[in-house]
Amino acid sequence: MIQLISFYIFASIVIASAAMVIFARNPVHSVLWLIVAFFNAAGLMVLIGAEFIAMLLVIVYVGAVAVLFLFVVMMLDIDFAELRAGFVKNVPLGILLAVVLVAELVLGIGAYQAGAVKLGTPGAGVATVSATVPNIEAIGGLLYSKYVFLFETAGLILLVAMVGAIVLTHRRSHGTRGQNISSQVQRRPEDATRNVNQPVGQGIEL
Amino acid sequence: MTSFFQNLGMGYDAAWFTATIAGILLIALPLMLAVAMIIYAERKLWAAFALRRGPNVVGPFGVLQSFADGLKVFLQETIIPSASNRGLFLIAPIITFTVALMAWAVIPFADGVVLANINVGLLYILAISSLGVYGVVIAGWASNSKYPFYSAMRAAAQMISYEVSIGFILICIVLWAGTFNIGGIIEGQRGHVFGFINAYAFNPLLFPIAVMFLISSMAETARAPFDLTEAESELVAGYQTEYSSMAFALFWLGEYANVLLMCALNAILFWGGYLPPVDWAPLYLVPGIIWFFAKILLMFFIFAWVKATVPRYRYDQLMRLGWKVFLPISLFWVFLVSGYLMFTGHFA
Amino acid sequence: MTSIAQLIKTFTLWEFVKAHWLTLQYFFKPKATINYPFEKNPLSPRFRGEHALRRYPNGEERCIACKLCEAVCPALAITIESEPRDDGSRRTTRYDIDMTKCIYCGFCQEACPVDAIVEGPNFEFATETREELLYDKAKLLDNGAKWERAIAANLAADAPYR
Repeated sequence: MIQLISFYIFASIVIASAAMVIFARNPVHSVLWLIVAFFNAAGLMVLIGAEFIAMLLVIVYVGAVAVLFLFVVMMLDIDFAELRAGFVKNVPLGILLAVVLVAELVLGIGAYQAGAVKLGTPGAGVATVSATVPNIEAIGGLLYSKYVFLFETAGLILLVAMVGAIVLTHRRSHGTRGQNISSQVQRRPEDATRNVNQPVGQGIEL
Repeated sequence: MTSFFQNLGMGYDAAWFTATIAGILLIALPLMLAVAMIIYAERKLWAAFALRRGPNVVGPFGVLQSFADGLKVFLQETIIPSASNRGLFLIAPIITFTVALMAWAVIPFADGVVLANINVGLLYILAISSLGVYGVVIAGWASNSKYPFYSAMRAAAQMISYEVSIGFILICIVLWAGTFNIGGIIEGQRGHVFGFINAYAFNPLLFPIAVMFLISSMAETARAPFDLTEAESELVAGYQTEYSSMAFALFWLGEYANVLLMCALNAILFWGGYLPPVDWAPLYLVPGIIWFFAKILLMFFIFAWVKATVPRYRYDQLMRLGWKVFLPISLFWVFLVSGYLMFTGHFA
Repeated sequence: MTSIAQLIKTFTLWEFVKAHWLTLQYFFKPKATINYPFEKNPLSPRFRGEHALRRYPNGEERCIACKLCEAVCPALAITIESEPRDDGSRRTTRYDIDMTKCIYCGFCQEACPVDAIVEGPNFEFATETREELLYDKAKLLDNGAKWERAIAANLAADAPYR
């Protein structure tokens, strides 16, 4: 009973807030609705017993990705008149996209009702979800045994992407002097100052 | 607690519901009281470090100071700037406050005394604490004022940066404990060092990350020396600049509830939570909750001590510490700890 | 060699440990401040606090409306109006001090030939409204009555040095 109630609450909030992402005038409001949608999707994950996935959804999407979205969107200087001005020009494209999406949706639902596609028979290696094993252990067991190469490949691709991003954005700027903290910390009074007892009438040599 | 309500003649669902509500109230109300007292305690501590006396007029030794301040704030007028985004402006402090309370659901106060004993407890805390930034960011943006906005930017960048190293530090602990369950992590510390010290922090391999976690948790809660989000000499009062009355009080309570949470996390992850410091039978006669509170208070003393001692970091220094010092070291420590555990056959 | 020492210092957070040890020592030192509302520091007899208009022991006002204080006041905080009284002596009908303007320089009491306007030892006269700080003659005379003993003692203590 309580599962059913909470499922409908979570599901309807996900759909409503996803709709609000599109309908909200203000991009910042859109991002905030998106966060609500993520959060309730995490709730749905908890309902089907995938608490690990739910937590990851919150940590990764809500905690990091959406913050970066918000970071960028908050700094936008939005001119609503200009936004509406472009609307008429893009209507044909928008309608085309919408038609394609609806067609795909109908196709997908039709195909699903015709019967699930068989992508191969589940072999002996497929782990069955057990109620006693925490799903972190279940996922870990699969990731590091059956899918270890895929997992490592994904890691490698992400590493390459990260290196690429750093190479593209990291350029040493000329003419600016950065702070070298360790050299500052290591500096002693003897390195920088000098006591001289200069005879009267002679200037100090610097 | 559910069975207690079932014995009163309720059905399971009703009993579970009542027990959960009662549990939430049992945690939230004393927590609010604790926050009020901790604000007073902190003011007294800073005063002592600065050779001052601190609040000493309201009540004996000034213990009622926080309540007097709360009353004052409660009676103030709520000012909403006309150019602000009204709805978000009012939601922001509520988010901060709620999120600060939510994380306490998985904190065990004594053996088995926990509202929600879930398998992914540590991940839950990480998820909730990553939500904390939204209150600040939304407050800064909705105020439609430049200093709060700068502060929001700083807060977002700072919290994301330090969450990364906190994540790696937690992974070290999880590797050693073999579970994400917080109760399991505490039990894993029973007799951990030399067979009788109940704390991960005295493990030579884990002590450096205990220190790093302490520093990161100060940065995560935007406490001095990392309080750049409300650096008054640069940003007036940061994201709270436009707030008054109860909205301001909610930020205040949320901030200190977060500080207490981080103290509790330090105590749980590295200092044995509700276990006595030494695995010796007579010490178990003292209830676990007292050990736990003593450890929280000790961590809080350290927080206040640091705030009274270290000057504020500059923003680039903060980012440097997060990304160029803590991230590589914590990453290396994950490697080190997992390598050590592998080598010694911990998982066999 | 120094760089190795430096490295050790960096990784043991030596400077931080030293700083915290220092503050911890201060933590246990006696307080430097006093328990203010319950105990107060001694004040000099020359302390310039809240103003008061004094009377002679027989109850006669000291002020003779010479307006020297009004003239000397650098902040233009004093306003005086005067009229001859029935017995022919000149007295003030109005003696106002705007305490929000006053800079507590003490020139008024220096200028006064009859020690009528005096800055007393009271410094705790905060008010809830601005209007309460616009003192009139009644308020000033009232202050004089209230603080006369302390003011007289202070004047007597300071007299040898004037």
